[in-house]
Amino acid sequence: MTSTNKLLLEAKGITKYFGTITALENVNLKVHEGECLGVVGDNGAGKSTLMKVLSGLYKPSQGALFFEGKEKVLESPKDSQILGLEMVYQDLALAGNLPIGENIFLGREPTKNIGFLKFLDFKKIQEMTNAHLDKLKINVKSADQKVEELSGGQRQAVAIARSTAFNAKVVIMDEPTAALAIKEVGKVLDLINKLKSTGVGVIVISHRMDDIFSVCDRVMALFQGTNFAEAQLDKTSRDEVIGWIMGKK
Amino acid sequence: MEEKDKKQESLYVKLIPYFERYGILLLLVIMILVMHILQPDVFLSWRNVTNVFKQISWQSMLALGVFMVIVTAGIDLSVGSIMMLSLMILAIVAKAGAPWFVVALVPLFAGLLCGLINGLGITLLRMPHPFIMTLGTLYIFRGTGNLISGGTPISGFTDEVRYLGHGRIDLTWLGLEKSQYLPVSLVLIAVVYFVFWIFLNHSRTGKWIYAIGGNPSAARASGINVNKILIIVYSLCGFLSGIGALILAGRTDSGYPNAGLQSELDAIAACIIGGASFFGGRGTVLGVFAGVMIMGILRNGLNLMDVSSFWQQVLIGSIIVLAVYVDVLRRDFGTRK
Repeated sequence: MTSTNKLLLEAKGITKYFGTITALENVNLKVHEGECLGVVGDNGAGKSTLMKVLSGLYKPSQGALFFEGKEKVLESPKDSQILGLEMVYQDLALAGNLPIGENIFLGREPTKNIGFLKFLDFKKIQEMTNAHLDKLKINVKSADQKVEELSGGQRQAVAIARSTAFNAKVVIMDEPTAALAIKEVGKVLDLINKLKSTGVGVIVISHRMDDIFSVCDRVMALFQGTNFAEAQLDKTSRDEVIGWIMGKK
Repeated sequence: MEEKDKKQESLYVKLIPYFERYGILLLLVIMILVMHILQPDVFLSWRNVTNVFKQISWQSMLALGVFMVIVTAGIDLSVGSIMMLSLMILAIVAKAGAPWFVVALVPLFAGLLCGLINGLGITLLRMPHPFIMTLGTLYIFRGTGNLISGGTPISGFTDEVRYLGHGRIDLTWLGLEKSQYLPVSLVLIAVVYFVFWIFLNHSRTGKWIYAIGGNPSAARASGINVNKILIIVYSLCGFLSGIGALILAGRTDSGYPNAGLQSELDAIAACIIGGASFFGGRGTVLGVFAGVMIMGILRNGLNLMDVSSFWQQVLIGSIIVLAVYVDVLRRDFGTRK
């Protein structure tokens, strides 16, 4: 399916230095519409660094990013959001003291004008939140519930909902099931499949072969900051992918 | 039987948010009642009530500023010194014969500038914690205030300059007596607290201030310019300290070296008693007001009863510890681990 669908995001020759350390060297990555790319690799292989480059949190030392075929320079996460590129962080990046709705719209809150002053439009936040959660079939008691009162799986669902609330085209997820109880993992994977079916390109970074083999279409392995191997999922096996992680082909 | 237990439990659970939100007001009301019972003739008299508001007027400004900083999980130790420096600048400008509106505006700008210095230091110099930057400026600002004034009091301001701290709103047209006036400082507290309540709860910047306190990396990942917001917060805190200076100028008719000494600790105490969490992201403007009132009423009431000021210290300290312990319990109870 991947070759026929539109190419959404492409990274070419990404290199990133931190002082004298080379975290990434000449890394390439592609993701298409409705496709899920799995990125695997051992700790320190450069997965998280690559994702932070893609989301605009880090600037690459060399290399370029292409979005829908056009080269883009990302100065901050704001720039990637504008392009429709969203990140779901491993540490969830939610503010526990704020309600679900305000987390989903954090940084992009709808406002209404009263005179020359702008006020938050709480009613609109609630309506949009409910509509969006319904669309993704995420069940919570109320959009006013504080995030710190939710379970790990519910928080992950909110984080994913947040990433897709603004017509995201590509969603990058860093270890989306790492912090979850087993019974909640399935729900999150269902959610990823739902995103794919709406045409979103998904990049999943994960250690868990179960995750990779239940949602991904293609898998690529990083080893010591470089592209090590890549294959369509139906042309590889768990054992082979595990070998890649350890640097064996 | 079991059914009944369940019902009671759910009633408990339903009541908790209200208790969280209004518990501190309940404490305030209880204190007022106790003081009224102990001092029935004096405590709730017009004269004493207005007195309490006059006494807390400038502290309430510092507390509100420090509160915003605490919401971001920061701290500002320099508010007392900012107020003193702003007051000294006001006094010098007044002595130099500047027109009253210049004299009145100068402390506000001075306070804003001091706060801006704090904010820039914390963000641009990448201080490991705001405690360190503001501990530094606590000394720097007070030292500067003493340097420019020679460490001696400067007295004598015009009525216009003193209006916010000393002015009276006559209520005789309501059929009240001449002595039953409204202090201007009380109206000022109400207006400033209302404006900041709107700002913190109904503006995007206000929401971001809470978000930064809740999880700064979440705020950053959401595209919020965290440093910019922090600079705004510390600047506003300085600005409010400048308002405090203007009120104090009105109340005392003098700029003096010890102005606001240790008042940063009172401000922090009021925030903590009022339910602001040191971990950031938690607390309300109403709570801070209640915290300021509780401290004011405690001091006033104990003074009326001729209790030694040493006991006041012991009591205020105990209330702080108790208030934070309640916060700890609440966190244990309300948060999933």
